[in-house]
Amino acid sequence: MTSPNAATRERLVSLTLTVFAFSSLFFLFLIFLFILIEGLPLFFKAGIKHIILGFKWAPTRGSFGIFPMIVSSCMVTVGALLIGAPLGLGCAIYLAEYAGKQGRIYLKPSLELLAGIPSVVYGFLGVVYIVPVIREYLGGSGFSLLTTSLVLGIMILPTVISISYDALMSVPRSYREGSLAMGATKWQTVYRVVVPSARSGILASFILGMGRAVGETMAVIMVAGNALKIPSGVLEPLRTLTSNIALELAYASGDHRMGLFSTGVVLLIIIMILNYIANFVIRRKVLK
Amino acid sequence: MRVNPRSVNTFAALCLNAQALFTVSILVVIICIIFIKGIANFNLEFILSYPEDMGRHGGIFPSIVGTFFLVLLSLLFAAPLGLGTAIYLTEYTRESRLTTLVRFGVESLAGVPSIIYGLFGFIFFVIKLKMGWSLLAGSLTMTIMILPTIIRTSEEAIKSVPASFRRVSYSLGATRWETTTRVVLPCAAPGILTGIMLSVGRTISETAAVIFTMGSSLRLPTSLMDSGRTMAVHFYILAREGISLEKAYATALVLVLIILSINAVAYYLMHRITSRYS
Repeated sequence: MTSPNAATRERLVSLTLTVFAFSSLFFLFLIFLFILIEGLPLFFKAGIKHIILGFKWAPTRGSFGIFPMIVSSCMVTVGALLIGAPLGLGCAIYLAEYAGKQGRIYLKPSLELLAGIPSVVYGFLGVVYIVPVIREYLGGSGFSLLTTSLVLGIMILPTVISISYDALMSVPRSYREGSLAMGATKWQTVYRVVVPSARSGILASFILGMGRAVGETMAVIMVAGNALKIPSGVLEPLRTLTSNIALELAYASGDHRMGLFSTGVVLLIIIMILNYIANFVIRRKVLK
Repeated sequence: MRVNPRSVNTFAALCLNAQALFTVSILVVIICIIFIKGIANFNLEFILSYPEDMGRHGGIFPSIVGTFFLVLLSLLFAAPLGLGTAIYLTEYTRESRLTTLVRFGVESLAGVPSIIYGLFGFIFFVIKLKMGWSLLAGSLTMTIMILPTIIRTSEEAIKSVPASFRRVSYSLGATRWETTTRVVLPCAAPGILTGIMLSVGRTISETAAVIFTMGSSLRLPTSLMDSGRTMAVHFYILAREGISLEKAYATALVLVLIILSINAVAYYLMHRITSRYS
């Protein structure tokens, strides 16, 4: 028999847990609220077109154009994907199809460890080892779109690998057996059967990797050169949305600070679109 | 021209092998560089002494203390909240529109980049709530940031506890709460701890969200309202401002050693839980 005391406790526990559960939503709401409160007024004051499509960022003199940074953020994201997606997918396929149980025991944790290395360490090693090589052999200052894409490409590997791997592993074994039984080679099975069946998960891993690349800050500041213009080549320096915020937040005030929050609003919108697409892609698979 | 599918097969296997090898070697190279360059300045004195001349000389003791308390406080807030949410999602409700909403919140929080957390923590905790750059503001910001990790891993861990365990407990007359705390949680403990270890790692590595909420004071934080500089922030400042590469490498070595041991523990716990029920 449940005593009345225990019943009261149950109700209390249930209530507390419900409150806890909604804290995440509440925090999400707070984050949006405060970024928007600080960032939106400038859109009305200076004009949406002035901010989104403006080329000139001189916040202390009333110019808040972040168009070059939006373009730069997109460029490094695509660059990171060009490097991280093929490499990450290859690793995921190797891990799921070729490594075997024994290989996985060693490989999986080391690949997960890549995610644990602090992003500042990636940035620093980029400065010390990649920047001089690019300056020496390809020209420019070395702080460039190419360097940033390389560093970010490595940084998104864990995301791409782990989500693609899960997608590949969720393909039923019978698909593989069917293909192999018809005389297909292992690679034909992987390439024509397993990867196509897992494609929505793989796609989601690329999109989430893009989200990681767009949002990365400290590593990008260290290797991107932070110049305020649209890079005209892969060896040109650039400044992303995230670096703009982090470089100036510590000393900004008034309209200048609001400009940084406006940058944050644009960043948040881009991230939300990417997350939405990733969720949509994953959910479509579930429905199917 | 017809290519022999067998040679394509061999070639593809070789390529995939090379890709995996390359990726692992990136990790090995990173760790080796940090070890080789950092070991020269890494000793007990470096860990236990105060920095001098902006960190050019001396050690990182205040940063270690600052990092420790940031981790401790963030966990103090985030662990009960996260675990509570996971219990709510798995034990106290059925899948409904409400749980979908909660999951949407958790997923969205997980996707928010750290600089946005930094912006939010700066305007909300530091300025609006007048906490200033402080340990408290930093740990509250980190609480929100690690919450999704704790919720997701705890949920997975709780879900992996076989339903029969619960049925037995209920059949003995236990209430829902008794079943949760005495049967489900002990079984799920390794998985929950894994999530907690991973969030510790995340807090230690974080820079963007911490530097704008906890600040970067080099003094030893002695109260919740003191600013402090975590090891990751210290490393960033040393490296970016070119103060001392030697000390930067040594700080990175401490960071990497901690991350390595955290991941080892997390992996060990994870391994235990998967071998238990399968």
